[in-house]
Amino acid sequence: MKPHTLPDPAELAVSVSRGERAALATALNLLDDRRSESRQCAAVFLARLQHDGSSAGGRLIGITGPPGAGKSSLTAALISVWRQRGLRVGVLAVDPSSPMSGGALLGDRLRMKTSSDDDGVFVRSLACRGEFGGLSAEVWPMSLVMLAAFDVTVIETVGVGQREIDISRMCDTTCYVAQPGSGDSVQFLKAGILEVPHIIAVNKEDMGAVARRTLSELGAAMNREHPDGHWQVSVLSVSATRGSGITALADAMEQHHDLLLSRNALGPRRQRYQAQWILKRLLEEFGSFGIERLGGEQAVFSRLETQNLALFEQYEQFRQRAVGFYNDTQH
Amino acid sequence: MSQKTVQRDHPWLMRTYSGHSSAKASNELYRMNLNKGQTGLSVAFDLPTQTGYDSDHPLARGEVGKVGVPISHIADMEALFHQIPLGQMNTSMTINATAPWLLALYIAVAERQGVDHAQLQGTTQNDVLKEYLSRGTYIFPPEPSVRLTTDLIAYTVDNIPKWNPTNICSYHLQEAGATPTQELAYALSTAVAILDAVQASGQIAQERFQAVVGRISFFVNAGIRFVEETCKLRAFGRMWDTIAQERYGVDDPKQRRFRYGVQVNSLGLTESQPENNVQRIVLEMLAVTLSKNARARAIQLPAWNEALGLPRPWDQQWALRMQQVLALETDLLEYGDLLDGSPVVEAKVQELIAGAEAEMARVTEQGGMVQAIESGYVKRELVQSHTLRMRNIESGDLKIVGVNCFQETAESPLTAGTGSDIMQVDVQAERDQIAALQAFRATRNQGEVDDSLAQLRAAAMGCDNIMPSSIACARAGVTTGEWSEVLRKVFGEYRAPTGIDVSMAGQTGSAALDEVRERVRKTGEELGRPLRLLIGKPGLDGHSNGAEQIAVKGRDTGFEIVYEGIRLTPAQIARAAQEEGAHLIGLSVLSGSHMELVEDIYSELEKIGATGVPLVIGGIIPQDDARQLKEQGIAAVFTPKDVDMNAIMADMVDIIRCANGLEAFA
Repeated sequence: MKPHTLPDPAELAVSVSRGERAALATALNLLDDRRSESRQCAAVFLARLQHDGSSAGGRLIGITGPPGAGKSSLTAALISVWRQRGLRVGVLAVDPSSPMSGGALLGDRLRMKTSSDDDGVFVRSLACRGEFGGLSAEVWPMSLVMLAAFDVTVIETVGVGQREIDISRMCDTTCYVAQPGSGDSVQFLKAGILEVPHIIAVNKEDMGAVARRTLSELGAAMNREHPDGHWQVSVLSVSATRGSGITALADAMEQHHDLLLSRNALGPRRQRYQAQWILKRLLEEFGSFGIERLGGEQAVFSRLETQNLALFEQYEQFRQRAVGFYNDTQH
Repeated sequence: MSQKTVQRDHPWLMRTYSGHSSAKASNELYRMNLNKGQTGLSVAFDLPTQTGYDSDHPLARGEVGKVGVPISHIADMEALFHQIPLGQMNTSMTINATAPWLLALYIAVAERQGVDHAQLQGTTQNDVLKEYLSRGTYIFPPEPSVRLTTDLIAYTVDNIPKWNPTNICSYHLQEAGATPTQELAYALSTAVAILDAVQASGQIAQERFQAVVGRISFFVNAGIRFVEETCKLRAFGRMWDTIAQERYGVDDPKQRRFRYGVQVNSLGLTESQPENNVQRIVLEMLAVTLSKNARARAIQLPAWNEALGLPRPWDQQWALRMQQVLALETDLLEYGDLLDGSPVVEAKVQELIAGAEAEMARVTEQGGMVQAIESGYVKRELVQSHTLRMRNIESGDLKIVGVNCFQETAESPLTAGTGSDIMQVDVQAERDQIAALQAFRATRNQGEVDDSLAQLRAAAMGCDNIMPSSIACARAGVTTGEWSEVLRKVFGEYRAPTGIDVSMAGQTGSAALDEVRERVRKTGEELGRPLRLLIGKPGLDGHSNGAEQIAVKGRDTGFEIVYEGIRLTPAQIARAAQEEGAHLIGLSVLSGSHMELVEDIYSELEKIGATGVPLVIGGIIPQDDARQLKEQGIAAVFTPKDVDMNAIMADMVDIIRCANGLEAFA
């Protein structure tokens, strides 16, 4: 077998921060790689990337909603607005996997591309890979890479229940795309899941009366402050196919980002979300027993939240320790 | 034996779908075919012409003159019909998105020949809706496409009364996997959508509307299950009669007749033991001629060696002779309807009608055919049917002689040659065409060109019929690319749903499948992440069945598949491979432009620093080309004879393994 060649993590971090496409592809492949030597290399790479602070300025936006609501078309419409504003955009598009074979069909990327030779847009598709209801484990580290290279990073995913909550615990700003006329949005609202989005975009305003009714229902129900505080949830009417309302949507996203910046909330928020994400991953991988062995949920969390070490490095440290316990138990 | 002359029916129109290289070469071919007793013309256009590009557009590279004749302007069209009097000819044009334009050119050439518009006879296929489902030569979104279709219909009904303005196609639906029931349901739903749109456009006075219904014709497929196919055509006739009467109030039975032309099935033609295709074609022809009451008006037969590449004149002659033997030597045309009163046939017809009506009702529930296409519903249903067909071939439940049974064969003298058993398009043809086009542009009166294009733009933005300004453009020397570009700007371009997100259960239960799945999983584990296959259809060719089937099969075996549909540029494919971290790129090309496209993809991959990803290709690829492609580095070439999908996927796994320094399984 040919030896598995790994990239130089420090060089890779530099190239990614410069937005070099080949380096980005290499980095995403590295983060996707589950072999242990790759994971170690990835930890060093991410630590380096975070250390450079290159991800601080970028915006991380989640776009979610039921199947058929037009998320990809809306993302495409947003991309063209952002491109006009001179912003470079990275997209992580998440699709379901087949539970039977583990395989997946990923086919939405082209709809998001305005032009084939635009270096300012980069789309990577991801399969859920059997993480029922949740986002696959690679999404979070990959979003850090995208943030390092692009002004705006979008995570787009079908949101039915859990995945919406996951995405809102990863992104700075979450936008829920509602499908007019389907009872889904109101159902979700009742279930409390709609507490997560900062912005609701009622798509397909060209449908007329149906779209207006959904808009007014959601408008009435969401007429309140977001649980994060200091933010009034915006409910907007858009049409991805006609391109109407897209500028206003992009503006609302920018306002929310500005709010986070002006309140110095972005850094702590990302730190907290990332800590939660790591805790969740550890729980999935090692169960509550494993977490107990690591000192308990609270201790792990506060260590993740307060310590200055790069988070991915800490995650790997926790993992190594937990794996160590299992190996000890087996001996 | 009595010497009394028997009253025989007139034979159907006999055509050969043809055209290649250049207008001049195609004209020579047409005149030769007419001399051989062919009674009508069926024009095949090349893909740039069908998708609205001039021969010198970058997307046209490698495609000029390949699957048909390139027509960029009026001088090309004039050369195509040189010494063929259009007043006496019946010409069928397989043209859809650009149908108004090609008809405008035809009319302008007729004017130059001094032929009155009203004398013209023929057919424009003009059925864009099926292009979104199969074949793929659409340009604009469904709504403006339907508008162009209805404009052409409304124009011809008033001005060219003997023209068949649209040929609603179930043909390509069967090629995309449709069952007889689906063929009936979707073709008739399309006809209803188009007629409703003509009615809604208000261009036709109510009392003339019956004539519009009477001008609608169909283009149907006939597969090897010829008894069922015979019944399908009888069902078509009955259902159309009912729709015309009940929905559109047509009281003249002649105007309610289901008029159809046929090209028999290409899907079932095989690359292995291709001589067997002769008997397949003959039996399929029987399906559309046997019932006098449901007999085809026009027939074109494929050549026996279509799965190998472009047929030669002799291959096409053989196909024409099959028709002539049936029509002139046998006694088929001496009798009335042979099947009337057969309880077996009647029961089958009833069963097909019931199934088709139920499916039509589902389409109606979704708002009609346009909506059911836009939502992806119809495409998914077709992909699902095709996937079931492929699974049945794989399991041997569906027998194909020479393919999944009786594979042993003596050496065939028909295919023994080296590459000479198919027609090769001269590469010089593309260069000549481009030079002629550029010279033509220089001869035009630019003022006339600009004025006519301005008229066209105004018509497209408003609601004037598109034909008069298109005819003005044709006269002024506007090119195919210029005409299309104006409409692209006004209407926008479209990408149709791929249908591969079928909800059908993954395949289960075969040891071969389990084995491949395990190899995919294990290789993914060894390489650290799940295997990713990027499937790309470069070029203008829209025949996507093969790509779709590989995509669905790939998912079933555990690959993560990236597939984005048809008509991608080499640059788009190369970038997608890089951004998506593909372990393998699979290309699908059926138009014959594989050599140029592969070369372009390699250079794009190099340009972005993404070399090292292995490439495989599938399609209609002659053996000599396959050898050359492998020399250029293509890891495998799959052709129609490769029907064992598990074996294809296993090959792909091994190719990925070798490219990554792992030992192959096989």
